[in-house]
Amino acid sequence: MSLILDHVNYIYGADTPLAVKALDDICLTIPDGQFVGIIGHTGSGKSTLMQHLNGLIRASSGHIFFNGEDIYHKDFDMKKLRSRVGLVFQYPEHQLFEIDVFSDVCFGPKNLGLDKKETELRAYDALRKVGLPDELFYQSPFELSGGQKRRVAIAGVLAMKPEVLILDEPTAGLDPKGRDEILHQIKRLQTETGMTILLVSHSMEDVAEYVDRIIVMNRGSILYDDVPRQVFSHYKELEEVGLAAPQVTYVLHELKRRGLDVDVNATTIEEAADTVLKALKG
Amino acid sequence: MLRDITLGQYYQTDSVLHRLDPRVKLAGTLLYIISLFFFRNFIGYTIAAVFLAMVIKLSHVPFKFMVKGMKAILFLLLITVGFNLFLTPGEPLVTLWKLTITREGMQTAFTMAVRLMMLVIGSSVMTLTTTPNNLTDGMERGMRPLKVFKVPVHEVAMMMSIALRFIPILLEETDKIMKAQIARGADFESGNLIRRAKALVPLLVPLFISAFRRANDLAMAMEARCYRGGEGRTKMKPLIYQRRDRIAYLCILAYLAASIGLGRIRI
Repeated sequence: MSLILDHVNYIYGADTPLAVKALDDICLTIPDGQFVGIIGHTGSGKSTLMQHLNGLIRASSGHIFFNGEDIYHKDFDMKKLRSRVGLVFQYPEHQLFEIDVFSDVCFGPKNLGLDKKETELRAYDALRKVGLPDELFYQSPFELSGGQKRRVAIAGVLAMKPEVLILDEPTAGLDPKGRDEILHQIKRLQTETGMTILLVSHSMEDVAEYVDRIIVMNRGSILYDDVPRQVFSHYKELEEVGLAAPQVTYVLHELKRRGLDVDVNATTIEEAADTVLKALKG
Repeated sequence: MLRDITLGQYYQTDSVLHRLDPRVKLAGTLLYIISLFFFRNFIGYTIAAVFLAMVIKLSHVPFKFMVKGMKAILFLLLITVGFNLFLTPGEPLVTLWKLTITREGMQTAFTMAVRLMMLVIGSSVMTLTTTPNNLTDGMERGMRPLKVFKVPVHEVAMMMSIALRFIPILLEETDKIMKAQIARGADFESGNLIRRAKALVPLLVPLFISAFRRANDLAMAMEARCYRGGEGRTKMKPLIYQRRDRIAYLCILAYLAASIGLGRIRI
């Protein structure tokens, strides 16, 4: 039970003068239940990669295996794949269309051919999971705030009960409070349900606290693929590709340089505080 | 899927044709299309084809790119040819069941097909070598005399350039919305007509909402920059005829004289 990418290549606008190699020989294995952060600058191919995982884009060459099955095999049921690998796009405005929040979330499970009762049960469950207050269930999705819209969009995909949930920049355009709330909710979702989650972002700060593993994309290929603290230790190289490690990394490195004996591998603010206090006491 | 439409697209490269004044290209295309309807013999079409071939060569746009645009009118072309082939009365050549192909039918079908193809390729040369902004600029300037008759030339041109600018944006948006809904299990491709029409609702609602929002934002941005219509508005790059534009006009005139002069001789 996992997602495996085997030498996946993708070329945008093949056979035109504007052909761009968007993915360059990607090999990846994503085991079940992992919380993965996918980081890259705009145009690094991270969104393109995500759309391959549920078959929205077909690779120019290479194979993708979901639970051991080749998704490009002619007998493979793409529709089923899309219900098992849920993809939430960046802009909730691109998917909200119903008259109220609840019926919008029902759209996904209804498309799976479930009966009314099961559909509504799943919709209700999904809306609770993303932490949307009950009184908003029967409001128009267009009257909600940005953060609420995003929750509804996530619920719309969650209601299909996917095994893998992919979130494309779920925090874009949110204020810091809204961002933290959404990320906390996602983390809780992952620990409660054991779902595999792929979080696409361009900000290290966003994902550092939550994920088990970080994949850094640059120009269509994988630059680093490791646990957060290992990835952040390359903070100088990350800067060269227009990314940055979390601010704590910089602070700790500077402290170390000035002679304080801290552990530079701390990734969250709490860990950093601990190591600084320890260094000061010791 | 939607990105494959090349008809009316701009092709970025550098050529004499790209640098020409848009007014020349507009007038040239118009005259070229009109000329196609004057010919009575094959000499006219040959001259028109040679002229078109030379222009294409000058434009530096790969011919393959233009043929791609032809796919969009293939259906129209087939219908035209079919009707003309079978329904023109005259001297019968072949009879298939109830359908008769006549000599005259063959002729008209062939000339119609040639006309239609040259017409489409001719006008796509213009759009391929002229940016939409340049094109509307040219139209605005070219239609200026109509202002005497109270035609809102500037407003029409502005609306056109906004509409043209929005086409790729909305196409891209449609693509994204489609993907977002497909990811939620929407099915746009199967089922009968009614089912398919219904399936479009989840696509159209977000698309319309976003189009209205964009229009609103654009209006606000224009007002914030003090846009108040064409009155007293100056251009950063005013259109001025250069030497090459005059030469181009001469070429067009020479073409017209030659093709219509020789093309109307009865053989």
